[in-house]
Amino acid sequence: MKVLVIDPLKCSGGKSCELACSFEKTGKFNLADSRIKIHFFPEELRFVPTVCMQCRDAYCVQVCPTAALSRDTETGVVNLDQDKCIGCKQCIVACPWGSVKLEHNGEEIIKCDDCGGDPACVKVCTSGAIEYVDADEVVLLKQRETAEKYMKFAQEMSKGVV
Amino acid sequence: MLKGFSGVILRVNLTKGEIQREEINEEWAKLFIGGRGYGEKIIYEEVDPAIDPLSERNKVVIATGPLGGTMAPGSGRIMVITKGALNGTIACSNAGGYFGTELKMAGYDMLILEGKANEPVYLWIDDDNIEIRSAKDIWGKTSIESDKAMRGDTHVEAKTMTIGPAGEKLSKIACVMFDDHRASGRTGVGAVVGSKNFKGIAVRGTKGVEVEDVEGFKEAVRNAYGKLSQHPVASQGLPTYGTAVLVNILNSVGSFPVRNAQEAYLPTADNISGETMVKKTLVKNKACGGCPIGCGRVTEIREGKYKGARGEGPEYETAWSLGAMCGVDDINPVTKAHYLCDEYGFDGISAGVTIACAMELYEKGYMPKEDAPFPIRFGDGDAVVELLKLMGTREGIGNLLAEGSYRLAEHYGHPELSMSVKKQEIPAYDPRGVKGIGLEYATSNRGACHVRGYTIAPEVLGTPIQVDRLAYEGKAGLTKLFQDLTAAVDASGACLFTTFGMEASNYAELLKAATGIPYDEKTLLLAGERIWNLEKLFNLKAGLTKEDDTLPKRLLEEPIKSGPSKGEVNELHKMLPEYYQLRGWDSEGSPSEDKLKELSLK
Repeated sequence: MKVLVIDPLKCSGGKSCELACSFEKTGKFNLADSRIKIHFFPEELRFVPTVCMQCRDAYCVQVCPTAALSRDTETGVVNLDQDKCIGCKQCIVACPWGSVKLEHNGEEIIKCDDCGGDPACVKVCTSGAIEYVDADEVVLLKQRETAEKYMKFAQEMSKGVV
Repeated sequence: MLKGFSGVILRVNLTKGEIQREEINEEWAKLFIGGRGYGEKIIYEEVDPAIDPLSERNKVVIATGPLGGTMAPGSGRIMVITKGALNGTIACSNAGGYFGTELKMAGYDMLILEGKANEPVYLWIDDDNIEIRSAKDIWGKTSIESDKAMRGDTHVEAKTMTIGPAGEKLSKIACVMFDDHRASGRTGVGAVVGSKNFKGIAVRGTKGVEVEDVEGFKEAVRNAYGKLSQHPVASQGLPTYGTAVLVNILNSVGSFPVRNAQEAYLPTADNISGETMVKKTLVKNKACGGCPIGCGRVTEIREGKYKGARGEGPEYETAWSLGAMCGVDDINPVTKAHYLCDEYGFDGISAGVTIACAMELYEKGYMPKEDAPFPIRFGDGDAVVELLKLMGTREGIGNLLAEGSYRLAEHYGHPELSMSVKKQEIPAYDPRGVKGIGLEYATSNRGACHVRGYTIAPEVLGTPIQVDRLAYEGKAGLTKLFQDLTAAVDASGACLFTTFGMEASNYAELLKAATGIPYDEKTLLLAGERIWNLEKLFNLKAGLTKEDDTLPKRLLEEPIKSGPSKGEVNELHKMLPEYYQLRGWDSEGSPSEDKLKELSLK
């Protein structure tokens, strides 16, 4: 099972992911229609991506009265069936990440579906802030990253001693 | 309607407080692409080239290109076009950030500012809702404080254009700032905006941008990303070290002007390099709208008297202008000085070169000691910082420095010590050691400039091919080609840095898919040449002549004293006549009737 992994420390804020997402989903460029969102903190000069985490116990699925939202147990993706959606917007209220939203003209509910396993945002992210990897690997990758830092730190500390 | 464009131009009359919507002129879009080209066409048609740039009759166009707001690499550019306050030439200053993307999202390709407001105002654009608002409470604030105040008054997601105190106080080297840290730096465009009592713009857009051929555009973007990912400058040099990766490169060929270009090699240059920034000040990379390169540097000063300050930069240009050019080789005061340029809203190149000029005037005794608030000596980083503060408030000697190096040097009777062309300060490449860039400085329509035709790429960086930096032969053609292509790239709305990898065919493919106009390499370059000649026509009407197409005397006559380019001068006369000829201009530098007809300018 693959998941989108976001790293706010790496994001350089170029919004290419937002542009690519809206283009993939609508054939137009519109930041307001992007399923992924880069939040700017100008004072800190930090950029933080937020996107649907495809929760296992998704509140949006639980609150949906028409089962328009459902989780694919194989891929782990929470899918939205527009035909079943009645636009009650309770999913927007329920989502703790703010990752379910209305498209720019306020008509339809939209959310990330990992582009069916080939996310458009990842293809244009050159900073490494968004990656699409196996869930098992996430832990290993994080561990290795920390281990590498620790290794360098330990080497630095031991200079002239060992 | 042409896709790629939003199709609407906003005309804001500040005298009357009126806002009008106008349609994009398709004929002009086809001839001038958009951005720099289209904006200059507006200025050419509507502004008398002979007026005082700070008069109410001057206008300012703030323009995106047809690639703006798309996922074309580096598409977040925004251009400020006007008759420049520094030298009266047609000025187009290009910046990154996110404002351009957001303006396009709101449904506008460009804005025309005209007239003059009675009191300080700013513009709030929220899709179709546009308001001219009072800026009385913001006037006087730095560009960064103004951005914060405007976002606070409008929307947390708004993107902003601002001027700082330098623009308000009509400094001829004032820039326009976008999203805090990106500058439309050159030719004093900030002063023109300030002269209109105009503090800036906050914009938020949710309408989006359409392209003509969706699948074709995706393919064009894939091709462009492919080219960039294979180019060592775009995929490694710029993201890893920022633009200041060039410090050691230019210094290693002895073409890094030092102490007001009295020398061109600094043994300790690495102290202000991109590599040193990574070790000492870098927090992270920053990318402008739609950019896969991410050359921006979020930095903080971690030691010394400026410890704790945080911002963006320096860039290669400011590491040089506020550093080497002033004889300073300590990254900390240089970084602080860069932050101050952003905050006051100064063109970092011109500000640094002007301070360097002041240092030489002082050291040579041409500036009386009583004029200086403290000794203004080369190598004193704190003096650079303190002088910038005086320039920002226009106090004491700062008042004169805020006019730029030419007027400063002329005031003290030594205009030859201003390292400028057409009164605009030179950037960070010594044309004695890199011949073609000298021709570029001399012929650039807005005065000395490296980004009108970056011949450094082939002359020093070896891309797309390596040519001999010391040769004169072939440089006229090279300069013309780079100038024409750059004009087209600027007009498209893409960042010039994407030319590290992308070729003319890539831009043509993107523009064709975006607009449906059948661009190819040939029509793209022809449009670029058309833009170049339009600028030239404006300048001729503004009173510029062949005599202005030159270099500072020092660069023509004083051989470099030391380093890898020792003994070199720039013999501009070996390139300029051929350049005029290749351009189809007469010996006085005026475009021929035939050339104007060929370019549909007549």
